[in-house]
Amino acid sequence: MQRITRRAFLAFALLTAGVAQAQLSIEITGAGANRIPVAIADLLGDATASRVITSTVRSDLERSGLFKLIDTTGAALDENAQINHADWKSRGADALAAGSIGRSPDGRMEARFRLYDTQKAVSLGGAAYITSNEQLRAAGHRIADYIYEKLTGEKGIFSTRIAYVVKSRGQFLLQIADADGQGAATALTSTEPIISPAWSPDGSKLAYVSFEKKKPVIYVHSLASGQRSIVANFKGSNSAPAWSPDGRKLAIVLSKDGNSQLYAVNADGSGLQRLTQSGGIDTEPRYSADGGTIFFTSDRGGSPQIYQVGASGGEARRVTFEGSYNVSPRPSPDGKSLAFISRREGRFQLATMDLASRQVQVLTDSNKDESPSFAPNSRMILIATEVGGRGVLSAVSSDGRIKQRLSVAAGDVREPAWGPFYK
Amino acid sequence: MKKLLIPALLSALILGCSSTPIPDENGGAPVESRGASSGVAPVTAGGVDANGLPRELTDPKSKLSQRSIYFDLDKYEVKDEYKDLVASHAKYLVANRGFKMLIQGNTDERGSREYNLSLGQKRAEAVKRSLVLLGAKEEQLESVSLGEEKPKNAGHDESAWSENRRADMLYKAADGRGEF
Repeated sequence: MQRITRRAFLAFALLTAGVAQAQLSIEITGAGANRIPVAIADLLGDATASRVITSTVRSDLERSGLFKLIDTTGAALDENAQINHADWKSRGADALAAGSIGRSPDGRMEARFRLYDTQKAVSLGGAAYITSNEQLRAAGHRIADYIYEKLTGEKGIFSTRIAYVVKSRGQFLLQIADADGQGAATALTSTEPIISPAWSPDGSKLAYVSFEKKKPVIYVHSLASGQRSIVANFKGSNSAPAWSPDGRKLAIVLSKDGNSQLYAVNADGSGLQRLTQSGGIDTEPRYSADGGTIFFTSDRGGSPQIYQVGASGGEARRVTFEGSYNVSPRPSPDGKSLAFISRREGRFQLATMDLASRQVQVLTDSNKDESPSFAPNSRMILIATEVGGRGVLSAVSSDGRIKQRLSVAAGDVREPAWGPFYK
Repeated sequence: MKKLLIPALLSALILGCSSTPIPDENGGAPVESRGASSGVAPVTAGGVDANGLPRELTDPKSKLSQRSIYFDLDKYEVKDEYKDLVASHAKYLVANRGFKMLIQGNTDERGSREYNLSLGQKRAEAVKRSLVLLGAKEEQLESVSLGEEKPKNAGHDESAWSENRRADMLYKAADGRGEF
C-alpha cells in the first residue's frame, strides 16, 4: 500500500523534473508458442478507473507473449463472486481474474482482485492495492505482476521502469518510462551526447556518461530530487559506469594513463582502485550477479572479445572465442547467461551464452543491435537497434521467440537500461 | 562549436588531396584552385586568423592546415601515408613550445558506443605518441575521444564511415587563443 504512495511521489517528482515528451509507442512482433489462456474480467465499480486498470492488466499480459486473453463479455464478477469454473473452462480459460474498485477503510481508492485456477476450481489468491486517479496504470501493472507470478512461477516486470536516450532535433534527452513505454519523463536534457545510463540496484539513481563538459564525464543522478554529482572527471575519457550489486561501488573506465582501463570507485567518487593492466582497450565492465567477478570487453587478444576478471582485479579469463567482434557483455540477473553483441558478416546481432555450457545462441536477425539490458527477471532483453535508418528499442525474450519494438515518433532512441524490480 | 567548424572547413579542403580515400571525380590531375579574380591570394605577414592562430596553420596552401588523420576499420595505427603530416605538426610544436594541441579521436557509428569511445581514445593516443617521438612535449598535447558521438559525415555508408574514422588535431596559441 505504502509502496504505491511512494511510487506516486516518485512519478510526480519525475514529471516536474522535465516535461514528458517523445512518447514511446510499442509494437509486438512475435509470441511464445504455448500461451496460457487467461480471462481478465472488467473490475466492477467506477467505470473509468476500471477501464484503465483492466486494460493495463490485459495489455501487460498479452505483450509478454506468454498469455492469450479470453473474452469476458457479459461477466459481472467481483473478488467475492461465486465462480462457475466449468463455464470458464468451456470458454477456454485456464485462469480467471475478477475484482472491483472500492474504498479502503480510510477512504482511499482501492483495486481488489482474486485469481482462480479454473482447471482445478480453486482460488490462487488475491490482493488489494491502494491507488488514485493518477496511479491507475501503476495499480494495473501490480495486478499483472501478481497474475504473471502466480501463473508462470517467475516474478513479473510490468511495474519496472526503463531508461533510454532520445536524440531529437539536436537535443539529447535522458528519459525514464514504465516498462510498457508509457509515462515517459525527461530526467536530463542536453545539447551534448548522453550515453551508458545504468540503474542503481535500488532504482533511485542513474549513473551515466555526459559530454556536457565537451568530454565524457561520469555522473550519478538521483531521480526523485534531480540532484547530480560527478563520480569521475579525470584527464581523458571517463565512461562505462556499472553498479556493484550492493550499490556501494561503480566499475568505471578511465583513460587517464593512456588506454581505457577498468577501475572501481565508491559511489561518491572516493577510493579509486585500478582493476586491469593491459596494453590495449579494456572497457564495458559489468558485475556478475553475485558481485564476485566483472565481465568486460578487451582487445588484448587482437580483436574485441569478452573477458572475466575478479571484482578486485587479477588475471582475466577469455569468455568469447567465435568471431572477431564480441562486445557489450551483460550477465543475466539470475547468473545463468550472458547477453552480448556479436558481429557476424558485418552485422551486429544480439547473442546469449549459457554460462554453464558456453553454448552461444544468436537471437536477432538485425544489422545494428547495441547495448543489451536484461529485465530483472532475466526473461527479456532490451536492445537498441535500427529500423528504416531510425534508432528504436526492441525487447527480445531470452529464447528469441518474442519480440516487441518501442519507438519514438520524432527521434532516435538508444542506450536502453532496464531498471530493477519495483520495491 | 568553434572546434567543430574548423575541422569541417579543413576537411573540405583536404578532400582535394591525395591522402583521402575519396576518388577524384575528374579522374585527371588535380586542378589548382585560384583566387576568383587575380589568381593571387593576399597574405599579411605575421597575420593571424579569426581564431588568433598564425595563418600557416590554417592557410590551405600550408601543409599544417591538414589536421585530420584517417584510420582503417577497427584499427588505431597511424598509416604510413600520414607520417609526413604528423612530422610537419611535430616540427611546428617543437619550434613553438608555447603552443598546445588537442587531439580528438573519432570512430564510425557501427558497434558498441563504449568500445568506440575507447577506440577513439586509442586513435588520439597513437597520434599523440607519434608527435612525442618526434619531439613534441607531453605537456603540449592532450588526447580525448569523441567516440562515434560526433560524426563529421552523418551518412550510413562506407564513404561516410571512412571519413568518421579519424583523429583531428586542434591548435591553441601561447596566448590561449585557438581552436579549443
